[in-house]
Amino acid sequence: MLSIKNLHASVENKQILKGLNLEVKAGEVHAIMGPNGSGKSTLASVLAGRDSYEVTDGEVMLDGKDLLSLAPEDRAREGIFLAFQYPVEIPGVSNINFLKTAVNEIRAHKGLPPMEAKAFLKMVKEKQQLVDFDAKLTNRSLNEGFSGGEKKRNEIFQLAMLEPRLAILDETDSGLDIDALRIVAKGVNELRSSENAFVMITHYQRLLEYIVPDYVHVLYDGRIVRSGTKDLALELEEKGYDWLKESVDAPNAI
Amino acid sequence: MGDRPIGKLRKAAYERFITTGFPNAKHEEWRNTGVQALVNENFVFDSHLPGRVVNSNAAEIAGKDVYKIILVNGVFRQDLSDIPLEKGVEVLPTTDALEHKVFAAHFAQYADKSDNPFVSINTALAKDGFFIHVADGCCVRKAFHVIHISATHTSALYQSRNLIIIGKNAEAEIIESFIIEEDSDQSLSNVVSEIVLADNAKLEHYYIQIADHQGRYLNHTEVMQQKHSVYNNYNCVFPGASFVRNNIYVRLADEDVESHLYGISLTSANQLVDNHTLMDHREPHCESYEWYKNIIQEESTVIFNGKIFVREDAQKTNAFQQNNNMLMGDQATIFTKPQLEIFADDVKCSHGCTIGQFNEEALFYLRSRGISLEQARVLLVHAFAFDVTERFKDQDIKTYVNRLIEQGLKIGD
Repeated sequence: MLSIKNLHASVENKQILKGLNLEVKAGEVHAIMGPNGSGKSTLASVLAGRDSYEVTDGEVMLDGKDLLSLAPEDRAREGIFLAFQYPVEIPGVSNINFLKTAVNEIRAHKGLPPMEAKAFLKMVKEKQQLVDFDAKLTNRSLNEGFSGGEKKRNEIFQLAMLEPRLAILDETDSGLDIDALRIVAKGVNELRSSENAFVMITHYQRLLEYIVPDYVHVLYDGRIVRSGTKDLALELEEKGYDWLKESVDAPNAI
Repeated sequence: MGDRPIGKLRKAAYERFITTGFPNAKHEEWRNTGVQALVNENFVFDSHLPGRVVNSNAAEIAGKDVYKIILVNGVFRQDLSDIPLEKGVEVLPTTDALEHKVFAAHFAQYADKSDNPFVSINTALAKDGFFIHVADGCCVRKAFHVIHISATHTSALYQSRNLIIIGKNAEAEIIESFIIEEDSDQSLSNVVSEIVLADNAKLEHYYIQIADHQGRYLNHTEVMQQKHSVYNNYNCVFPGASFVRNNIYVRLADEDVESHLYGISLTSANQLVDNHTLMDHREPHCESYEWYKNIIQEESTVIFNGKIFVREDAQKTNAFQQNNNMLMGDQATIFTKPQLEIFADDVKCSHGCTIGQFNEEALFYLRSRGISLEQARVLLVHAFAFDVTERFKDQDIKTYVNRLIEQGLKIGD
């Protein structure tokens, strides 16, 4: 589904990603871990098409399509979804209008007519229940005055509504208490299917207890330096990142 | 207007104008709004009167049942207007109102006290306009829709002089739209309206400026509010008219008065739109609330001048003012000036002003959900305007204005 090859990316002329490779197949859940500054959030931003990031080399294919040549909205329409680490508050734009616009633009891209109001509201109701999202929040301005947990849950609610092929969760667990984390994880688990895939970016092993990944990758200095199963996450939790850093940095040492 | 008292007022106004002349850039109230080039053009005065049969469709508001009042080149066109048959409601051309005792009691009693040379010349020379009189206790069932139309084959100057009197405990809604005929030559309109709200009166007043670029406008609105009255003004300017100067001066002349001024200007091309407002707190326990939002595109210029004047006697005044600006073009300009002059010591006054651009992070967020750049911009401009548009009491006008915002946005990178 997603194929990243030799990806190099920089921000403000600073090289962050230095030859990243990753293959994600439908039905899989991948976790990407790594110390601060290793490039995790850069990867998420580059995939979603954030302007300030420049891809200097490499390629990203989504179902055989060159993702990097597409505008952010076209990536979303092709099935990429980024759950933001810091969702933006947009006063004056109602959550529900925003969702309707997004759903219908994605449908138009697929050659489908706009959803009937009734069908749309039914879908909203179902997905709210699926991810345990407070109905009251749906009618408020987008993320305005939402708590940190509510914002993250809204991301998962949008994910449920837009039904992307590939969802990237950028530190969705950060700032969540254990109850909120459970709710978010439950939502993601409900949405997992053989048709879609998830890439979870996280600092902590904790999230992976609730959303069990098929693969765990360690990102360090702009590259994936180790891949394994969920046991790798446990090992990292126990030993930290230093042992990995040493082994990676060693060949470059004099 | 040959009647003696009115004749005297006009003569005095003319003499005042002769001493002041047209304002220049040294005049503080006209510092960023050059009118010299405008007044030095050659105009035919009051040509094409009473004007041909014109089409007012461009000003129509979907779903709105109104009393239409049509002014062509400043002249009240009874042949094109609706005559309200409601008890307590009078609508007359200014020329026919001179003998009306309410008209005579109020004509040129207010606006001429403000320092605006264009008011003097209007008082001196304006021939027609409209007079709306709502009697005490009358709640007008339909809104009045005043449509100001310019239609001329030669560059022309027009004036209209209007008077609106809302009686005690009376309520009304007035919408004023400004349009210009498609193939019309340039015109300059000098419109002065005096509005009196008696005790406990309520007026909802909308301005919709949607004329094309040939239109140039000088509007002076002077509002005199008596006890417990409520005046709400919604001043909307859209792409088109190359020059717009609105003076909206509200005199809170008695206790417990409430006044709201809302503004939304969406400009483009090389428009110049200048909104000068005044909240003149003269008496205690009054409340004024003002919120102007400007979305300034391309090479256009917007000026906001918000003056709050709290006189010595106006204790317990509550005055709020906010002006937010979104600059959307590299060549777009905003001059904004909150001007608070407070002479009472027990008051609550606040003002704020912001100048910004599109929030790139918000744009990216919307796009990352599959929403096109164009649609994302529309959503964000609506969101920016929302604080003001949500205050519109009239839902039909709210819908109408939101659509005008969408149409007025210059989409593209």
